[in-house]
Amino acid sequence: MTTTPAIVAQAVSKRYRRFAHRNQLRTLKSALLTGSVLADLTPEETFTALEDVSFEVGRGSTFAVIGENGSGKSTLLKLVAGITRPTQGSLVVDGRVSALIELGAGFHPEISGRENIAINAMMLGLSRKELALRYDAIVDFAELRDFIDAPVKTYSSGMYMRLGFAVAIHVDPDVLLIDEVLAVGDEAFTRKCLDKISEFRRRGKTILLVTHSLGLVEKMCDDVLWLNHGRTCGRGEPKRVVDEYLSYVAGGEETLLRSRSAADAARAEATPASEAPDDAGAPGAYRPGRWGSREVEIQKVRLLDARDRERHVFVPGETLTLSLSVHAPRPVSDFVFGIGLFSADGTCVYGTNTDLEDWAPRRLQGDAEVRLSLEGLRLVEGTYLVDLAAHKRDGTPYDYLRGLHSFRVKSRVKDIGIYRPLHHWSFTGGAEVEPPPERPELEIEQAEGGAELPRQRG
Amino acid sequence: MIAAIRSLLRHWPLVESLVERELKARYRGSVLGFLWSFVNPLLLLLTYTLVFTVILPNRQPDIQPFFLFLFCGILPWTWFQASLSESSSVLIASSNLIKKVLFPAEVLPTVCVFANLAHFLLGLPILLLFLAWQGKLAWTAVLLPLPLLVQLVLTLGLSLLLSALTVHFRDIQNILNHVLHLWFFATPVIYSYAAIAEGTPLRRALRLNPMTHVIVTYQQMLFHGNVDHWRGLFLALLVGLVAFAAGAFLFDRLRDTLPEEV
Repeated sequence: MTTTPAIVAQAVSKRYRRFAHRNQLRTLKSALLTGSVLADLTPEETFTALEDVSFEVGRGSTFAVIGENGSGKSTLLKLVAGITRPTQGSLVVDGRVSALIELGAGFHPEISGRENIAINAMMLGLSRKELALRYDAIVDFAELRDFIDAPVKTYSSGMYMRLGFAVAIHVDPDVLLIDEVLAVGDEAFTRKCLDKISEFRRRGKTILLVTHSLGLVEKMCDDVLWLNHGRTCGRGEPKRVVDEYLSYVAGGEETLLRSRSAADAARAEATPASEAPDDAGAPGAYRPGRWGSREVEIQKVRLLDARDRERHVFVPGETLTLSLSVHAPRPVSDFVFGIGLFSADGTCVYGTNTDLEDWAPRRLQGDAEVRLSLEGLRLVEGTYLVDLAAHKRDGTPYDYLRGLHSFRVKSRVKDIGIYRPLHHWSFTGGAEVEPPPERPELEIEQAEGGAELPRQRG
Repeated sequence: MIAAIRSLLRHWPLVESLVERELKARYRGSVLGFLWSFVNPLLLLLTYTLVFTVILPNRQPDIQPFFLFLFCGILPWTWFQASLSESSSVLIASSNLIKKVLFPAEVLPTVCVFANLAHFLLGLPILLLFLAWQGKLAWTAVLLPLPLLVQLVLTLGLSLLLSALTVHFRDIQNILNHVLHLWFFATPVIYSYAAIAEGTPLRRALRLNPMTHVIVTYQQMLFHGNVDHWRGLFLALLVGLVAFAAGAFLFDRLRDTLPEEV
């Protein structure tokens, strides 16, 4: 992967007309005046297929888009392919694009495979000279040497697919877009396509893949975007996003909405009045959620200060204790408790679990409390989201609470970053420095106990 | 307009192959095959000849033999009419391409025009043969590219216009056939323009029709062997250029809406 990304999407939205044949005059007028069919339509007359989707695809990486049917995956692909344009936002693709959206679109049934190759290749942007160089490779890949002069209408659907795939892949794009085409065709053909795609990856080409095959995603992709009803629902490392997606599909929408509202509450708390809420355009979106088998259930989570009082705002240096009330209806012997701290933009600040720290599980049954104390919270001001989990040692989740709890760190010192090491300034020699004025650090009403002043004086 | 011409030139190889495909595919599987390009105009001619020599005989002295006069007008008219009626539906018929492939959509109506031009050019030798047989072939026939070019510009412009508009108004497909029918009779193909008295309202109406001047020029060059309709042809060229500019502009404005509307 080199420096400039191959695809950059910034806050891309796509709206369609909801009623295809009403308001025709109005849409024609707006199309002529503004170049958009939507300009004069009210929101009720439009349908939002994609809303505020941002992502980058690094050159040479393989990027997957997953999501249920109707989530906007294909719309996104068409936007990247340049077939349609975003209603809002910008989408920049660097390099020649070939889209395997529909194989053999534009084949004419009455004419031969040979002639169709020529026309299809030209439609996809090859010049005659380029085609002449690649013609044999296309025919060989499609394994249609014997049938190449027969009209395409006599081809079986497998032959048709092979020919379509062969032409599209030999356009030799810098960016290859694939829409679920691997789902069709027989085993051998699928195998062959996958091999070709692997070869593409080895040659450092960029691939954007829309698929329902989650196994493929985990195996081949570097990065995953999960779309839900046209919005970004998850983004990042394939294993994690696929897990989230699966648990969402299993748990249904209800879980997601619940976690959404929790997250929104956390965000509202996180945002001081002066700052505009800004979750647009954040790459690598970290979406709160909850999943797992619930063989061990995290029933209650409390964030406690040094005096065991429940709090949500801390100052740097305080002790923060996470208390988990867990319940195992049946005895469990394989269990791990873990926590993760994330900054508001989804960056992992810290994560650990009992297994990593070699606590050997013996038995868990009924109600229990698990506590983790973070002594001397060394974080700069900001909102932090907490992941809490009970899972098996192999990672299979019992109960995973992602970002459903949060706390805020407040500080007078507006230092930047995430981590605030214990530090102090000192000055010697010719340096004359006025020490900072004495100011009470702790103005948060609850935050009086056990605080270590974050400001060190030299 | 210049951008439109440039785009057409850039995609010319594609247009060429698609025209070739059109021609090949049209008669593939029929017994006569490519001969249909010749047989089609002949049959059309036969029908009109039957009507105007047997049922409603035309005995105007300056346009005898009448079947030959007819042929001179019908051949280019067929090009015009078929181009427009095919263009009006071509984008909808190729919705697959427009929705699924990044594809210069203006190529499609262009292909309609050029494929029908090819049919016209294939029919032309037959017409010339008949003219030679009747001793009508004159040197003016070499000027044929002039009205042809004017007609090409006009037809391309209207095709672009119609193809893009039809995507938004499917009604055009239905209306167009009737309009073209009327247009055919409003163009001096089956009667002589010269026979209509100067200063009559009909004459004035006919003069507004750019196709009148194109067809009259063809008839003069091929049938009469003397050309004096230059002013009319020039006017038709101007109308053609305006139509092309309008067609190119409209198509470009509606381009982004096509994948969503077809």
